[in-house]
Amino acid sequence: MSLLEIRGISKIYGNVNALRNVDMTVEQGEWLAVMGPSGSGKTTMMNIIGCMDKPSEGTVLLDGIDISTESARNLTSIRRDKIGLIFQQFHLINYLTALENVMVAQYYHSMPDEKEALQALDRVGLLARAKHLPSQLSGGEQQRVCIARALINYPMLVLADEPTGNLDEANEEIVLDIFRKLHEEGITIVVVTHDPEVAQEAQRTVILEHGRIARIVVNESGKGQEGE
Amino acid sequence: MFWRLVNGALFRQKGKMLMIAFTIALGASLATAMLNVMLDVGDKVNRELKTYGANINVIPKEASLLDDLYGVDEGSGVSDRYLQESEMGRLKTIFWAFNIVDFAPYLDAKIRMPESEDAIRLVGTWFANRLELPTGESLDTGIRNMKSWWTVDGEWLSDGDTDAAMVGRLLADRAGLSVGDRLSVSLGDKERNLTVKGIFDAGSEEDERVYVPLPIAQEMAGRAGLVTGVEVSALTTPDNELSRRAAQNPNSLSVKDWETWYCTAYVSAICYQIEEVLTDSVAKPIRQVAESEGAILEKTQLLMLLITVLSLAGAALGISNLVTASVMERSREIGLLKALGANNAPISWLVLTEILITGVIGGVIGYFVGLGFAQIIGQTVFDAAINIKPMVIPLVAILVFLVTLAGSIPSIRLLLSLRPAEVLHGR
Ligand SMILES: Nc1ncnc2c1ncn2[C@@H]1O[C@H](COP(=O)(O)OP(=O)(O)O)[C@@H](O)[C@H]1O
Ligand SMILES: [Mg+2]
Repeated sequence: MSLLEIRGISKIYGNVNALRNVDMTVEQGEWLAVMGPSGSGKTTMMNIIGCMDKPSEGTVLLDGIDISTESARNLTSIRRDKIGLIFQQFHLINYLTALENVMVAQYYHSMPDEKEALQALDRVGLLARAKHLPSQLSGGEQQRVCIARALINYPMLVLADEPTGNLDEANEEIVLDIFRKLHEEGITIVVVTHDPEVAQEAQRTVILEHGRIARIVVNESGKGQEGE
Repeated sequence: MFWRLVNGALFRQKGKMLMIAFTIALGASLATAMLNVMLDVGDKVNRELKTYGANINVIPKEASLLDDLYGVDEGSGVSDRYLQESEMGRLKTIFWAFNIVDFAPYLDAKIRMPESEDAIRLVGTWFANRLELPTGESLDTGIRNMKSWWTVDGEWLSDGDTDAAMVGRLLADRAGLSVGDRLSVSLGDKERNLTVKGIFDAGSEEDERVYVPLPIAQEMAGRAGLVTGVEVSALTTPDNELSRRAAQNPNSLSVKDWETWYCTAYVSAICYQIEEVLTDSVAKPIRQVAESEGAILEKTQLLMLLITVLSLAGAALGISNLVTASVMERSREIGLLKALGANNAPISWLVLTEILITGVIGGVIGYFVGLGFAQIIGQTVFDAAINIKPMVIPLVAILVFLVTLAGSIPSIRLLLSLRPAEVLHGR
């Protein structure tokens, strides 16, 4: 069974057709990139996969559960248990330290565990900055805190909407490095990007245009290819 | 973690939270002031209106018939109908005992002074007599409380004085008496020497009288244990159609009406109940005073209640705007918490906790400011300090809680409808 199965979904906002009859599957452990011009429906698709929105039509099976018909309450708990979210704007809470920002995710999932949160920061190379506020961190560091937070509850699927959009090249490389490690650990990754270099790291790239899938490119150079 | 989030929000939105606390403090202070004044105003208005003296006069049955037939007979002196002094404690056993504020039995007698031909009225009464009630409580009652507007040169009498008197200003001037002088009075063949302990100004015909402790008058008149009447000061409810019908003839009422009337503090109901406990007595309201007393009390309290309700409603409105603005300002953060898996309940709790903490701070400040307001109102309106009622504390606490909660409703609704997908991608 695929981890994610999208069957004929459409999303209509008023008179805008953000997604039109999209079919797509993502396998367990796969690293998938989504590209496309601005307004092509990438974020809309990520929201639907991330249980933050529902399609107007079609079904979405996540780990065997039809998330296109679940209640908002159930979607929240599915998201909490199965999905890690990484945002372009990081969305850290600015009065909490890096460590506390990670622990918030634990708090709403189960129980804050400082040791585990410190380990998560260590994984993204930020152990030394655990007590710093977001305002005391660089953009790249903030994004790494965001990643640590996304990973803290062991999600099966990591969704990243333009994670490197606000980062310089050096920081982009650091983030990509973390993604590679996650991929090696078998975590499924869907990453929206404008950057062909980022997309190239993935095994497949889905290209959206006007809410439809225009093409799917299989990357020979994709890191994941080595294992398959 | 919960408290870190609450803390963060409180400190980061200091300005807004201060405004919320201020709004709540304002509402709470007005509520505190009004409730304190309202609960104390009974006593205050009562004290104010005691200036008008007693509002019920009780006399023996036959005497009242004569009064009714011939009007108040100034010349009759010692009547031959009496009430029993020993029954006075029963006044505090009637259904509306609590509304009986003060009372003073009196015995009238005609006396003569050596240098004068005129008969002078001697009144024996209680000044601040300690009364052991059938209920086991004790009570100090008498004219010292009831005639609070009297101005006294020298001293008030005490009920144990055996050779002292208080003399009215007019009489004292006419007889050339001053405080400390001896005064000789006679009734029939009995003569007695008294010391003038005080000279009072009542501003009425009482200024022509001599007041002595009840036992002295009883002894001189040879009427041990008897009194001519009782003045009663009672808190009453304003009359209405029912009480007017009852006043004419209580027996004409239906059973249900009769019960309603009996269990309401109408002056006629209180009179009726007094007649029930004092043998062969007739209790009559001194009408105008009784009516205005109840009416003023009720209107003042209604006004206070109105101010309280309006100020609290205003506070709730103010809070609702401020809290909604605070939630809107934080919509991204709240959306994030939802995206991280927080359900509506914990997030609502988070916001409510912040507001309630702010509410508690504002409420406490408001309470103490309100105590100040209450005193200002007391001084300006009633010329007296307002007694602080402890029961206002829980009342204000509950009101502040409800107002804060009510004020948070719009923001909670906003918070529930907030969708993380929309706020996080900042469209
Ligand atoms: N909540 C919304 N209300 C109305 N229109 C929306 C909403 N979300 C997205 N859209 C529209 O749907 C289209 C796809 O948007 P989006 O998925 O954000 O594109 P992308 O992320 O690829 O730039 C756009 O035309 C956008 O204006
Ligand atoms: Mg987008």
